[in-house]
Amino acid sequence: MSDLTRLTLAEARNGLASKKFSAVELNQAFVAAVARAKSLNAYIVETPDKALEQARASDERIAKGEARPLEGIPLGIKDLYATEGVQTTAASHILEGFVPRYESTVSANLWRDGATMLGKLNLDEFAMGSSNETSFFGPVISPWRRKNSDAKIVPGGSSGGSAAAVAARLCLGATATDTGGSIRQPAAFTGTVGIKPTYGRCSRWGIVAFASSLDQAGPIAQNVRDAAILLRSMAGHDPKDTTSVDAPVPDYEKAVGASVKGKVIGIPKEYRLDGMSAEIAALWDRGVEWLRAAGAEIREISLPHTRHALPAYYIVAPAEASSNLARYDGVRYGLRKTGKDIVDLYELTRAAGFGKEVRRRIMIGTYVLSAGYYDAYYLRAQKIRTLIKRDFDLAYQTGVDAILTPATPSPAFALGEKGAADPVEMYLNDVFTVTVNMAGLPGLVVPAGLSSDGLPLGLQLIGRPFDEETLFALGEAIEEAAPKIALPEPWWA
Amino acid sequence: MNSQAHSSKLIAGATGDWEVVIGLEIHAQVTSRSKLFSGASTEFGGAPNSHVSLVDAAMPGMLPVINEECVKQAIRTGLGLKAQINHRSVFDRKNYFYPDLPQGYQISQYKNPIVGEGEVLVDLSPTEQIKVGIERLHLEQDAGKSLHDLGANDSHVDLNRSGVALMEIVSKPDLRSADEAKAYVTKLRTILRYIGSCDGNMEQGSLRADVNVSVRKPGESFGTRCEIKNVNSIRFIGQAIDVEARRQIGILEDGGTIDQETRLYDPGKGETRSMRSKEEAHDYRYFPDPDLLPLEFDQAYVDVLATDLPELPDEKKARFIAQYGLSPYDAGVLILERAAADYFEEATKGRDAKLVANWVINELFGRLNKEGKSIEDSPVLAAQIGAIADLISAHVISGKLAKDLFDIVWLEGGDPAKIVETRGMKQVTDTGAIEKAVDEIIAKNPDKVEQAKAKPTMLGWFVGQVMKATGGKANPQAVNEILKAKLGI
Repeated sequence: MSDLTRLTLAEARNGLASKKFSAVELNQAFVAAVARAKSLNAYIVETPDKALEQARASDERIAKGEARPLEGIPLGIKDLYATEGVQTTAASHILEGFVPRYESTVSANLWRDGATMLGKLNLDEFAMGSSNETSFFGPVISPWRRKNSDAKIVPGGSSGGSAAAVAARLCLGATATDTGGSIRQPAAFTGTVGIKPTYGRCSRWGIVAFASSLDQAGPIAQNVRDAAILLRSMAGHDPKDTTSVDAPVPDYEKAVGASVKGKVIGIPKEYRLDGMSAEIAALWDRGVEWLRAAGAEIREISLPHTRHALPAYYIVAPAEASSNLARYDGVRYGLRKTGKDIVDLYELTRAAGFGKEVRRRIMIGTYVLSAGYYDAYYLRAQKIRTLIKRDFDLAYQTGVDAILTPATPSPAFALGEKGAADPVEMYLNDVFTVTVNMAGLPGLVVPAGLSSDGLPLGLQLIGRPFDEETLFALGEAIEEAAPKIALPEPWWA
Repeated sequence: MNSQAHSSKLIAGATGDWEVVIGLEIHAQVTSRSKLFSGASTEFGGAPNSHVSLVDAAMPGMLPVINEECVKQAIRTGLGLKAQINHRSVFDRKNYFYPDLPQGYQISQYKNPIVGEGEVLVDLSPTEQIKVGIERLHLEQDAGKSLHDLGANDSHVDLNRSGVALMEIVSKPDLRSADEAKAYVTKLRTILRYIGSCDGNMEQGSLRADVNVSVRKPGESFGTRCEIKNVNSIRFIGQAIDVEARRQIGILEDGGTIDQETRLYDPGKGETRSMRSKEEAHDYRYFPDPDLLPLEFDQAYVDVLATDLPELPDEKKARFIAQYGLSPYDAGVLILERAAADYFEEATKGRDAKLVANWVINELFGRLNKEGKSIEDSPVLAAQIGAIADLISAHVISGKLAKDLFDIVWLEGGDPAKIVETRGMKQVTDTGAIEKAVDEIIAKNPDKVEQAKAKPTMLGWFVGQVMKATGGKANPQAVNEILKAKLGI
């Protein structure tokens, strides 16, 4: 039997359905691959027994002809999702050892549809980071390497473990979350497909909150079809999250391969940043040509408030985070460092429990919400957010179906290369992605080429609210047209 | 009539009269089965931490979901306060660290409350009424409870109350004395209990007040205020205001100034003391809670709730005066509790309302008070007190016998008419029998007859003798008339 880890999710699903192999065999292959890939540090916790137990149940269902949509498909779960009986840490020391008694709605949806769990995937601490270097459990190493170099490359972040695990074939798909680009940037860095759905498409219940008004769950997978299959299971209304939307979930897979003829694609001129690398500019141009060739109509558009998005994001997100992370106080669960009184307990616990980047954002957020600063920072940032959303609304009102942009301003970088001296250098990674979160829109990233040093580059498609289907159709068109990017061979095993 | 400074309300100081200005923030626990944002029970008195959901404990990834029943209660209360109902309101986070605040923030309403301005009419006496403005009413979460006395070195936290819905009802600074403040809280409590949006139970903490107090010379602008936190009885509210006003007057008359601060009232020592100064005040970093969409509903939603609203105390009082011809005082006493008003209405059906009101207020309420019982626990039912009134009206029993009858019904129950029958309590209205008794007494007491002719007040002695002779059952009116005729007075 050939290596089952080399299958796509859709291929594995079809193979299971036609009984070419069993769910147990499939899961065993992935369990073994995960065990061999410890040097990538993609998983914080491995749950091989759970995966195999679920796989046995899947085989029984397949035998009875009762297979569910994701029957026996092994997945990795970002460690921001609460998983019942399995440690959930948000990659933070402050939650080390925390085992929830509840399952997040999105992961529960995946188990409902028959998927199996290989383990909990590494991430930036509390999803704050763009390189997966802020994890208390150490950085994730990308399976990708530059041409003729052994330098360790970051997988991006915060869903670095999810992207690396998919790219290294350590699962058939992974859950991820995106607050400012945390699904799409790592997908772009690892040659995988990631979609941040419309805000409200997936339930946030049971996912450790970073910035509640921006956080959204989504999948990372090898290709557009796999991402579509996963999102269908993940999405849906949840009465436990009042910001989730009660609208039917379409069969996204049906959109994959649909014609894009006549679709109007907006090209926002403001995204052509000063100093944009020629490589990224050329990639974007090629994307335009591929869609044009597929029958889409290309139209230049203007999103005038784009340049304010990143600064506004770095006010709104830390503000919400400073409040969301107040519950980690050492009183009820997680890390506790006692001192002479309760204030001491708070200070010692939080100083020891939170890493540097998380502490920085809590301080920024606390500052911008303070009396006397609220209007100047938080309130203005919210106004900018409204303007950004209006920019998109106006573009869509003129008949634009989707917007094409680069995913990131550069390919992946080496560990320690960025942000050590100036955190803003790291924040700039999100320049093309944060606007989408600020406007609550869906954004899909697909691999579109390789950089001059052989690292993946991605393009981003931004859609109308709840029109993920158009993104899947357009994403597949790019996937078809772009040169095939082979995932890296396992140098780590 | 409004809250003009009446001289009687002023406090005399060394430098002249002072006026006290009071505004109240009442925290009323919303009557609902479950908490404001979680499905956990709100029942009082459970074992510590037995009514705590994952949301209440602020476990990672938990989200609040608004309990619609609490929203309805807030709207109903707003309608009862004749207040503006805001069709769009926003929940904000009030951020601070405290062990009994698991989220690290309280979900409250800051800039956009569910209820805006309204008013409450407060009766100070049967003839004096003031109008107290309501600034706003908003919904918020209660905190848990810290327990420091269970162990020598550690504290414990009980989260049963954590997340329970509160309505904070903020008055305008319209109150001018401790008595006015007490009357206002009493009236507000009555309205809340009528509506059923708060049980008003102060011992269990269902109703607490933060009291804002300042003093000024009449006619001057408002002085600097102090806020007395968490006063939990109407009596203490009055005491705290008097004590705090005196303290402030003392400082000002000594040439000092009032520091704006938060204070606590110590009923044991009869003093208020500083809790935290303005400088120490928290920066709560309010911002809209991103987990909750703005709360929106339309006028039709409000209209349905308005239709289901019970008759409120002011309307009921006016109706009792108009419909039953009661005095404002009697009507005011009867409507204090909705259950008592209902009791009266049931008892008075088709009867002499003034008589029934008298019996309900004097006999029934007196006895209930004495025995610490509520109207719901009254051993004498409305139908029974009505039956007693019937027996009085029909001259079957005298007022005195009626009191004995009430006592029997209170202790033993039963149909009053039958009790009168079986125990021979029936009033003797047979004039023949009375005449016979009168004749006998006149015959036996010729000296007294002579005296009575000179001094008609002697009649009372004869009445007493006749009643005695008839076992108290003779109709006093008939006795009087017959005696007068026979004695020729």
